[in-house]
Amino acid sequence: MFPFVGLGDDMSAQAAAIPDINELIRPEHVHGSVYTSEALYQAELEKIWYRTWVYVGHTSEVPNANDYVLKSIGPQPVIMTRDRNDQIHLLLNRCTHRGNQVCVFDKGNSRTFTCPYHGWTFSNTGQLRGYPFPSGYEGTDREELGLGRVARVAEYKGFIFGSFAEQGPSLEEHLGGAREAIDRLVRNSPEGEVEITAGFLKHKARANWKFLLENETDGYHPQFVHASIFSVAQSGIGDLYSSDSTAVARYLGNGHSENDLRPEFRRLDKPLGWFGTSAARMPEYVAAMNAAYGENKAREIMIDGTPHTMIFPNLFIAEIQIFVLQPLAVNETVQHVTALQFKGAPEMNRRLRQQTMGSVGPAGFLLADDSEMYERNQRGIQVRDPEWVFLGRGKNRERRDEDGFMVGDATDEVPSRGMWQHYRTIMEER
Amino acid sequence: MALNRDTDGLLSEVTQFIYREARFQDGHAYDDWEALWTDDGVYWIPANGDHSDPERDMSIVYDNRSRIALRIRQLHTGKRHAQAPRSRLRRVVSNVEVLDEGGDEIRAISNALVFESNLRGDIVWASRNEYLLRRVNGELRMARKTVHLVNNDKALYSMSFLI
Ligand code: FES
Ligand SMILES: [Fe+2]
Repeated sequence: MFPFVGLGDDMSAQAAAIPDINELIRPEHVHGSVYTSEALYQAELEKIWYRTWVYVGHTSEVPNANDYVLKSIGPQPVIMTRDRNDQIHLLLNRCTHRGNQVCVFDKGNSRTFTCPYHGWTFSNTGQLRGYPFPSGYEGTDREELGLGRVARVAEYKGFIFGSFAEQGPSLEEHLGGAREAIDRLVRNSPEGEVEITAGFLKHKARANWKFLLENETDGYHPQFVHASIFSVAQSGIGDLYSSDSTAVARYLGNGHSENDLRPEFRRLDKPLGWFGTSAARMPEYVAAMNAAYGENKAREIMIDGTPHTMIFPNLFIAEIQIFVLQPLAVNETVQHVTALQFKGAPEMNRRLRQQTMGSVGPAGFLLADDSEMYERNQRGIQVRDPEWVFLGRGKNRERRDEDGFMVGDATDEVPSRGMWQHYRTIMEER
Repeated sequence: MALNRDTDGLLSEVTQFIYREARFQDGHAYDDWEALWTDDGVYWIPANGDHSDPERDMSIVYDNRSRIALRIRQLHTGKRHAQAPRSRLRRVVSNVEVLDEGGDEIRAISNALVFESNLRGDIVWASRNEYLLRRVNGELRMARKTVHLVNNDKALYSMSFLI
């Protein structure tokens, strides 16, 4: 039996059924059990992780023909391969014979995967190429014994997403308002491309994945959770999330949201100010950007900087790094995090890595404290009274922007409210 | 080749230094620990196995001397939530070997097992530690410390104490 927290006295009767999602999500409140219910977690796997578009990896992680890298969609391990025709595949890491793991190396280059158990060999496109002692398989159709695969694979500007659903909205439809965040990110490279080449830190938290997701665009917490590092590092980040900040929190639809810091950066009007540096200190990068975009456009890009955008359910573009959320259990989540690297900008890339390493991962100046909050939140939410989380901050001042997106002030809970309404919609789908 | 007696003397000096470092870490004696570093110290905790390059790949920690100081200042604020309350720590350091010695510098290694107890629960960390020690005004100092966690290729919970 899985414990149901706060759902009333008759726990055992309710434990078996998927809770009625309509009763758990209200306009400004969410029931605590959405973070603790095992039944709900299993339903999320089916309706979100194994159905909708989920971020898997980046083309630069498999730069050459026959490269592969082990990735995941939620708890499911996925092999991302690039075949000799430059096609990207998302294969399931399970032998079609008796279920052994086919690949146990994090990455490599190979045209085939041979299962160590009985030697079945699969190509990096998923087809079964052969099995030892084939006379025992007379009459067997090899075509039907290819590796399982993620039904749909799509790329947007180097970012590879997968969906286990054969049909459904296209990736571009799913990204919707968040597509522009990827556009805004990649143009910070003079070549219009980012790369993921530094490997990932894998940071585990004993907390439900939605606590992490909501925190990514929670503009209310930085001044408190990160007070220690802001006070000793002379960081300007805290001011971006103060009650005087002109930055906005925006809900982008389909579960996506962002903290749009551009109003503050534009007020500052300092190229590379978003990155805590200046044009004078990055002359080669500035020259490359001017050459690529022209001085006016380059200046605009270097003032606006990169996005702070959470793409539902698992890709967080956090200015200088990306986080990929991976739920492993209802109360266990891994954040895979790495520095973004701007193609054609070596001068920026070391700083991007150094800043990222300082901030994130198990010992990070920022993320160790965020993770501490996720875990305390997971423990706190199990207390039985009150049963509800209150997400009403900024309800009184939320408004539509010129694109029709709901926005609030920098510290408002517009992103969470939007995400939960989207969550309810997809969880109610049959 | 140094005489045996001298080698033993050096080994014991290095061992005492490493024990002292462990005591400062377990006791959250941040300033005492920071004082063990040279002015150009580098504190490195690699991720993803034994062959990563901190100038190319992500590391769990890759602090130069000023970032070590920043880490200590953050801990001193009392608002480093991951260390408030502080982890309770006790470590065992063993297998100390002096690998080589030349000029003012000594390369040494040790193994460490750290038991950490915090709000989440109890956890054991295991590592091989590599030291580059330097004699500064007659005293040993750390010019480089590398902590190779045995499980650095796996997903790890937060590790916000000094290891
Ligand atoms: S399980 Fe893979 S070959 Fe038998
Ligand atoms: Fe944070």
